[in-house]
Amino acid sequence: MSIEVRHVTKTFGTFTALQDVSMKVDDGELVGLLGPSGSGKTTLLRIIAGLEVPDDDGRSAVLFHGEDVARRQAGQRQVGFVFQHYALFKHMTVYENIAFGLRVRPRHQRPPRSEIHRRVTELLRLIQLEAFGQRYPAQLSGGQRQRVALARALAIEPRVLLLDEPFGALDAKVRQGLRNWLRRLHDKLHMTTVLVTHDQEEALAVSDRVVVMNQARIEQEGTPAYVFHNPASEFVMDFLGDVNVFPGRIEHGRAVLSGMTIDVPGLTRHPGGSTKVYVRPHELEVRREPVTEPNLPARVVRINQAGSFAKITLTIEGGSEIQVDLPFERYQEINLQPGETVYVSPRKVRVFGAEYMI
Amino acid sequence: MRWGWKQPSVIPGFGLTLGYTLLYLSLVVLLPLSALFVRSAALSWEEFWDIITQPRVVASYRLTLGTSLVGASMNVVFGFIVAWCLVRYRFPGRRLLDALVDLPFALPTAVSGIALTTIYSQHGWLGRHLEPLGIKAAFSPLGITIALTFIGLPFVVRTVQPALEELDDEAEQAAASLGATRWQAFWRVIVPSVLPAVVTGFALAFARALGEYGSVVFIAGNMPLKTEITSLLIVTKLEQYDYAGATAIAATMLVASFVILLVINTFQWWVSRSYQRGV
Repeated sequence: MSIEVRHVTKTFGTFTALQDVSMKVDDGELVGLLGPSGSGKTTLLRIIAGLEVPDDDGRSAVLFHGEDVARRQAGQRQVGFVFQHYALFKHMTVYENIAFGLRVRPRHQRPPRSEIHRRVTELLRLIQLEAFGQRYPAQLSGGQRQRVALARALAIEPRVLLLDEPFGALDAKVRQGLRNWLRRLHDKLHMTTVLVTHDQEEALAVSDRVVVMNQARIEQEGTPAYVFHNPASEFVMDFLGDVNVFPGRIEHGRAVLSGMTIDVPGLTRHPGGSTKVYVRPHELEVRREPVTEPNLPARVVRINQAGSFAKITLTIEGGSEIQVDLPFERYQEINLQPGETVYVSPRKVRVFGAEYMI
Repeated sequence: MRWGWKQPSVIPGFGLTLGYTLLYLSLVVLLPLSALFVRSAALSWEEFWDIITQPRVVASYRLTLGTSLVGASMNVVFGFIVAWCLVRYRFPGRRLLDALVDLPFALPTAVSGIALTTIYSQHGWLGRHLEPLGIKAAFSPLGITIALTFIGLPFVVRTVQPALEELDDEAEQAAASLGATRWQAFWRVIVPSVLPAVVTGFALAFARALGEYGSVVFIAGNMPLKTEITSLLIVTKLEQYDYAGATAIAATMLVASFVILLVINTFQWWVSRSYQRGV
């Protein structure tokens, strides 16, 4: 079941949550909707689910498998929706929660009791909570509750699965476990899924494709690898990971920053002038001796060795701090000490065109 | 000293507050009540039994319990609607309406009684139109029920209101996305969630109605065996200096009320036992 959203605008009073947004999710795809809070991602998800109605401007459309569902209410869209704070029915047991969607069906569509029991038992096994059917939500941990919420959504055999920050309220370890579990589940069921998150790591790790949103618009879409390595704007660059920003200038198609002149491919048509140059921490090389490549003297301030990368904080001329991630082996090889002066040279820099400037 | 049943707690003052609670309850509630039983103990068992089983007395029990039950039940339905309206919708005059709910609390009960009698009597604004329909509002059990509904309304509204406010609207949205109709979501998700509060509101309104005097005596008509409530009977006995008789009836009423409230509280505990634990 593919999902398509066309020209959707949504305003709440004077606040614009979505500004003419169009997006497509292919059948069986897991798409991560990524953005900071207030970027409109949750509103977009709720519009797909039918929990929110887009502004009526005559152009907007929400299509499931090519069929317009804009007039259909949430309950008729066969959508599995999972809320950030679980939204389980507190007065029902886990079993009753999962069975709810089947039990509220009109009589002629309702499966017989034995069929409901079979389906619920199967889902309890799927979420690995077979022994917890008779518990109440208050007696479960956060991760368990979210799994119940997912099973409840799956019980109605939805055509699409929509997840609104499903792991946002859980602690890091549980979040990672559930995230991997979700991905395995998706690989098994191949259900068209949209996952809203503000955690770029989460979106990049589970999604087939990510859609990055900012200020009511879509900034960029693509595979996680493509978007991470080819960010289309300063915003995406900044949002998808740590980044060093150097103030600089463009002269004759080359970037000049803090005394370095660097060739940037595709910059020849840039009109020139002052700009910002972006370098990811792992794209900086650190050496003890100056080399012929463009480089920058810097002083080591702090070294954080915990992790597969040594995270080194340095100060450059003018006092601003930069961040360098060195693979741990490389860090041990050169054996840096705080206070040392080193030479930093970027392997890859990015400059964004004027159209992205605010 | 460690008491076996006392959980160690980081919040201090258990001993102090329990001691104060017992002392305060003894002074304010238990002492006057025990005086009641002591007073009625002046009677022998036969005399006591005679007094509390007189047809006039039994009729008053039946009337008081019946009208209180109906009044409290009506308040559950209409109080719920009022609370729902005040919590769920924003409209001009909402705050004013909200304040109006407390009025039956604030009015002296005699004032409400006179006001209700004026409206519902044969020549009153409403009574005038009910009379041709064959409905005798004032000076009938119906009148008593009206008065008890009037004074009990705030109890239900004020207990249900916070429960509705705390309701998780995402649970309703979840119900909707799972295919439940508005009606199903209401009965299967909303009502069970606020049921403990509704039961509490019912218990309070009912308890208040059992003991109500001021607002009822004017509208009741006070005909023995027909529209005479128990509290009025007690006052009548007191006026005739029949203290023992008054206390005997009062003690009976007290025990009955206590048992009923205990049953309601147990039911309330049972309703909320499982899912009010934890979050």
